[in-house]
Amino acid sequence: MSFRSISFKPMRFKTWMAVIAGGVPASLAAIILFLVIYSWPAAHVNGIGFIFRDTWNIGNVYANPIQVNGVTIMPGARYGILFLIAGTLLSSLIALLLAVPVGVGAAIFLAEVVRGKLRTVMSVIVELFAAIPSVVYGLWGYVVLVPLLGHHVYPFMAKTLSWLPFFGGLPGSGYGLLTAGIVLAMMIVPLIASILRDALISQPAALREAAMALGATKFETVWRVLLPGTRTVLIGATILALGRALGETMAVLMVSGGALNYLPSNIYSPVSTMAAFIVSQLDSALQDPTQMAVRSLAEIALILLIISIGVNALARGILKVWSFAGNPAGAVQR
Amino acid sequence: MISGDDNHASPESAQASSRSSLTIAGGSGRGVAVPKIIRKVSLGRRAFSIAGWALTSLGVGLMVLLVGSILWTVFVGGWSAMSPSLFTTVTQGTGGGLLNAIEGTAVLSVGALLLAVPLGVAAGVYVAEYRYSRWARAIRFVADVLVGVPSIVLGYFGYVTMVEGLGWNFSVAAGCIVLAVMCLPYITRSTEFALGELPDALREAAYALGMSERRVILRVCLPAAMPGVLTGVMLALAISVGETAPLLYTAGWSNYMWDGHLTHSPIGFLTYAIWTFYSEPFSSAVALAYAAAFLVTAFVFIINILSRYIMTRERI
Repeated sequence: MSFRSISFKPMRFKTWMAVIAGGVPASLAAIILFLVIYSWPAAHVNGIGFIFRDTWNIGNVYANPIQVNGVTIMPGARYGILFLIAGTLLSSLIALLLAVPVGVGAAIFLAEVVRGKLRTVMSVIVELFAAIPSVVYGLWGYVVLVPLLGHHVYPFMAKTLSWLPFFGGLPGSGYGLLTAGIVLAMMIVPLIASILRDALISQPAALREAAMALGATKFETVWRVLLPGTRTVLIGATILALGRALGETMAVLMVSGGALNYLPSNIYSPVSTMAAFIVSQLDSALQDPTQMAVRSLAEIALILLIISIGVNALARGILKVWSFAGNPAGAVQR
Repeated sequence: MISGDDNHASPESAQASSRSSLTIAGGSGRGVAVPKIIRKVSLGRRAFSIAGWALTSLGVGLMVLLVGSILWTVFVGGWSAMSPSLFTTVTQGTGGGLLNAIEGTAVLSVGALLLAVPLGVAAGVYVAEYRYSRWARAIRFVADVLVGVPSIVLGYFGYVTMVEGLGWNFSVAAGCIVLAVMCLPYITRSTEFALGELPDALREAAYALGMSERRVILRVCLPAAMPGVLTGVMLALAISVGETAPLLYTAGWSNYMWDGHLTHSPIGFLTYAIWTFYSEPFSSAVALAYAAAFLVTAFVFIINILSRYIMTRERI
């Protein structure tokens, strides 16, 4: 075919825009595609046991590589991330348990107690939480939170709450599951609070008037009438917050204690999360000449990616509205 | 009643009004007797309400306390670590200054914005102006999902594809591209939001003047939506400056100033200084971590407040 036979009709503006906008889905597709390709050999060797095993061992890196299932790995290499899955899910769960009540309380306060300028100022303060970079949370956790919890709070809790399962036992050093959960909770509270605050404010006035007319106190109106109406939003915001907590890296890495190959025995135990583990292990994974360790880390990244996409898609489906909550430019967007 | 400021939850006023059911309405001077609301709230319900408000206030108080603690730690620690040499010398081992990191953060953030802004604004324009097409809805959904992709996954993707796959090693290009992918959905969605807020009359008027679709969007709608677009760009800037995880394995770290090469040369950045120096046993290193935390947090806050200012000024 000669070059001249192709007709160069100028593309319409809409088509141009459509093509450029395709960069957004293309980048997500590229992330998924390359992580799948890169981690494929690791997934082949590790099998489904990857998510049920409790060992992360890159093997004897000074020995000669061996063949397993047609893939070259180091002798003794064995990869399993059950302890990471446990650490990730448990720390996020603790974060939600702490963040949802505080977030709901803050949302009620911002929507019902303060008005006008004061509401704006308070909202800014609450949302500044989300603007603080993750690594600064980690620094604060290291300097303030970990010593406080490790020296004073955890020993006290371990003594007085020993009758509760997972609250007794060794109080540890302050680095651990609960500390990670607390820091994560601080990071996701603004997300829950600002989404729920807007939902509360936008509840129909008639609901409020009806409740008042029935003689409900103001708090009863909020708690029994307005809040149930925002249940869907609260669930959506909570799932969105879960997605954020699951993928949080730096702050968790700096306060979680970094467990390797064991499950937490109580809420003070050190843990590792999938995201934090990728950062902490890449250097040692690079020692593996067969690249199997690095590829297994890619498999973790892929699993984390799939979980986050699922969680976020679910949350968006529930919320149906975009919200900039939890980001530095916060609620002014809505 | 909606204003709810008449404080009928307070026990005193409830009792007072139940004693005298008919009073003259608060100083209106017309002498019309208006029955005040008679309210007998049982002790249990009153306790429930008081406890409820107490807990809500406690939640907010806790948050203010924690935010205060973080800011105190960062700003007091950071302020005492401030010195002119921070801005004039590069990092040497566990001491020195942060000039290389400041430059690196600036280079990486600007590079990321140069990549993400044109793409993100174009995508936002498409999603907003052709919002009923299936492709636009798909892009909006993907942008939402992309916001939720953990930053370390993006970083690892950058490591696998660019640092390893293309052999760029730790480099400015890899760091910028990863940051750009991270910023892209924010710019897209804020552009879309800003355009969606515009009244349709604006577009109709422009079309009525005989403008082409392209001119209507680029010359009328986009300038009108500029404050919103700018907010998205500033948000993206704040994210680029504050991020650590995606850069650790794409930009690397360097004690020296950037040599101008896009690939094959690592570059320093401020958040790395926090991450690597915070637990060092040397006070000079810890001071660097604090100083970097101070600079990053202050910058992010200023951007945050500035973008709010732009948005509110536009609303008025």
